[in-house]
Amino acid sequence: MTSNLLKALAASAALTLCAASGAFATECIAPSGAGGGWDFTCRQIGKILYDIKAVDTPVQVTNMAGAGGGVAYAYVVNERNTDADLIVAASSATTSRLAQNAYGGSTADQVRFVGAIGADPGVIVVPKDSPYKTLKDLVEAIKANPASVTFAGGSAAGGYDHLKVLQVLKAAGYTDIRKVKYIGVTDGAAALTQTIGGHVQAMTGDMSETVGFIKSGDIRVLATLTEDRVPGFEQIPTAREQGYDVVAVNWRGLYVPKGISDEQFQTWATKLKQVAESDEWKAEMASSGLAPFTKVGDDFQGWVENVVAETAALSKEIGVIK
Amino acid sequence: MDTLSNLAMGFGVALSPFTLMLSVIGCFLGTIIGALPGLGPSNGVAILIPLAFTLGLDATSALVLLTSVYYGAMYGGRISSILLNIPGDEPALMTTLDGYPMAKQGRAADALVLSGVASFIGGLLATLGLIIMAPLLASVAYLFGPAEYFGLYLLAFCTLGGMSSNNQAKAALAALIGLAIATIGLDNTSSMPRFTFGNMHLMDGVDFLVAIVGLFAIAEVFFFIETHGRDSAIGVKLGKITVPWRDIWKSSGTMLRSSVIGFFAGVLPGAGASLGSFLAYMVEKSISKDKASFGKGNPRGVAAPEAGNNAAAGGALVPMLTLGIPGSGTTAVLLALLMTLNIQPGPLLFSEKPQVVWGLIASLLIANVVLLVMNVPMVRIFVKILMVPPRILLPGITMISFLGIYSLSGGYFDLVLLIAFGVLGYVLRKLDVPTVPVIMGILLGGHMEDALRRGMVISDGDWTYLFSSPIAIGFWVAAIGGFIAPMFLRTVLKKPQRNLIDVED
Repeated sequence: MTSNLLKALAASAALTLCAASGAFATECIAPSGAGGGWDFTCRQIGKILYDIKAVDTPVQVTNMAGAGGGVAYAYVVNERNTDADLIVAASSATTSRLAQNAYGGSTADQVRFVGAIGADPGVIVVPKDSPYKTLKDLVEAIKANPASVTFAGGSAAGGYDHLKVLQVLKAAGYTDIRKVKYIGVTDGAAALTQTIGGHVQAMTGDMSETVGFIKSGDIRVLATLTEDRVPGFEQIPTAREQGYDVVAVNWRGLYVPKGISDEQFQTWATKLKQVAESDEWKAEMASSGLAPFTKVGDDFQGWVENVVAETAALSKEIGVIK
Repeated sequence: MDTLSNLAMGFGVALSPFTLMLSVIGCFLGTIIGALPGLGPSNGVAILIPLAFTLGLDATSALVLLTSVYYGAMYGGRISSILLNIPGDEPALMTTLDGYPMAKQGRAADALVLSGVASFIGGLLATLGLIIMAPLLASVAYLFGPAEYFGLYLLAFCTLGGMSSNNQAKAALAALIGLAIATIGLDNTSSMPRFTFGNMHLMDGVDFLVAIVGLFAIAEVFFFIETHGRDSAIGVKLGKITVPWRDIWKSSGTMLRSSVIGFFAGVLPGAGASLGSFLAYMVEKSISKDKASFGKGNPRGVAAPEAGNNAAAGGALVPMLTLGIPGSGTTAVLLALLMTLNIQPGPLLFSEKPQVVWGLIASLLIANVVLLVMNVPMVRIFVKILMVPPRILLPGITMISFLGIYSLSGGYFDLVLLIAFGVLGYVLRKLDVPTVPVIMGILLGGHMEDALRRGMVISDGDWTYLFSSPIAIGFWVAAIGGFIAPMFLRTVLKKPQRNLIDVED
């Protein structure tokens, strides 16, 4: 009897060990559960770092879910502030939550943003039989009657997908942005389902979420929110070409603890650049619908600070923060 | 014919000795993970993903391993529900209602075999449903907007009243506690934190796994300490395992009905296995001539949720594969695995990567057969793990519960919350308030509120939106019928029912 219990305990201990081995290697914290976008970032970057010999041992991925990344953020700031072997997955969601003070008082200057190595272009999508043929049609319809269009997106109200739409409308000279209707559903795919099903009129999200539906012809992408047309999807116009100067991409990248030396920071920036330039990452981006977007080191840090300030201003306007 | 040749190709992929071995290993691990309280299918699969990568498995092999774990956990959850009155995972919650009373009557073996067969039927029918209807069912998800979802959840809550037969008010109170807990966290519609008291760990709300393990496993430990093991659930004896053909035959209709209900509940994104087992149980209870025996060890009350949750597990793969929408936590993890393997689920997956889809379907069928063998003739192996003396088992359960919960977020906060739920569970049981409605409130309350709020945004606050489609109206009618009908029928039916039982016995 007891031996069976021991077997069970051994089994559970073994399961736990799988998740917790290799304490001295480089650690990448994914501030989400297994399977989220940040988890993907950690696993892919970690794998390539090891494959191109930028690190000596395989990168260990730790999942630390909670508060949309806030738990991991507070943990890094408070417990691991000088750990040079720690990298943390980040994306636009990280900066927009920091800007909206959703991390329990933590601020963007408490860590160092080391770089982004790819971006998921923002898109605005309608069903294939929608009366809105261009971004202009949609924008004009909202200007005429904001109640006529509801957007669905994969982030909560005030989140990144919501803000994208508002940026476009502001660029169009529409100021009554609090009247714009938006519902936040669980993820981009669910938002698309609501849109294709006709429950809402348009979807705002990331390119990668829509690729399967673009190919199947169920949706029409009115615009990508990028500087140039996205490679592989050249038939889709950018918002910029249509007269709305908005670039909103969901970048994938990393931050590191604040307390490491400038030298260590530069080392990570260089390593990340190597990953960005590797063939493996290029193939990865192509298959997952990411567009090239490489910004590393101090360059990126400055860019992040700008984005945070812009997001904070917009969030105040719609009343998500005071 | 296309389907058959595709399936043959799938078996060609899945039937190699290596993948078969992976399937057996996956089923075994899955059953253990399911049976251990706190470790549910989603964290089981999540923990094993790194293992799949470390072994350097290709896409098909990794999928075979992890879907075997997924189905295995669905089977395993029932074991601790029946023997310990602690659900091994959230979909096994409803199995405690009749499974544990059966075990207390000395029919633990019957309950285990019956639920194993019910799981097999549910899993098998759901896989067949996936084969035949996946392309068609993809479009069902399009029909469900906020109004329809609200109706669906309303139906679930209106049938809650029937759950605790002795005291409706206490069941309602329990459901309200659950609903109140569900409001904790960041409000999805306004992005404002509610009841978080500035604590970041509460921003995401209360994880229902923490609530389940606390209310059941930890509360059980408190009871054990108080009574020195005399009144505790732990320690039900398992007799000789025979096949209760009569029960199986009598509940065959139940299994078929529950499989269909579970499958469709699984297909709806977000509803998942828990709702499947819940609705299956409620439907069986409401159409049964012998309602009073539900909750007291009715074999149909064991067969229904098990067929329902296994069918829902298969159903949840439909939106995952065809739309890229996970219908449950576990399919979310599987979706992530697919994406890491460079397979993008979506409307084109069936035509672009047929070998992956059909290999997966074939491996589900194989896993189901392996699991039936493991869980009926060989169920003793798993039972022995849970059947050690209470003084050894309880610390073990406590440890595994803590480990399982810690693996969710990697922080101590959830452990504190776990203990708090344990205390709550202890108090509620002392007051004879059922704990199952609390869990249902936490599980479904957030979804229901979101559906309502989204509907109100879309319609500018116009309430008639909620009755704007035939599907929504259908749910309202069923919900109101399900809520009011028992009140009128109870007095009429009560006496003749008692007599019927007497005659039957």
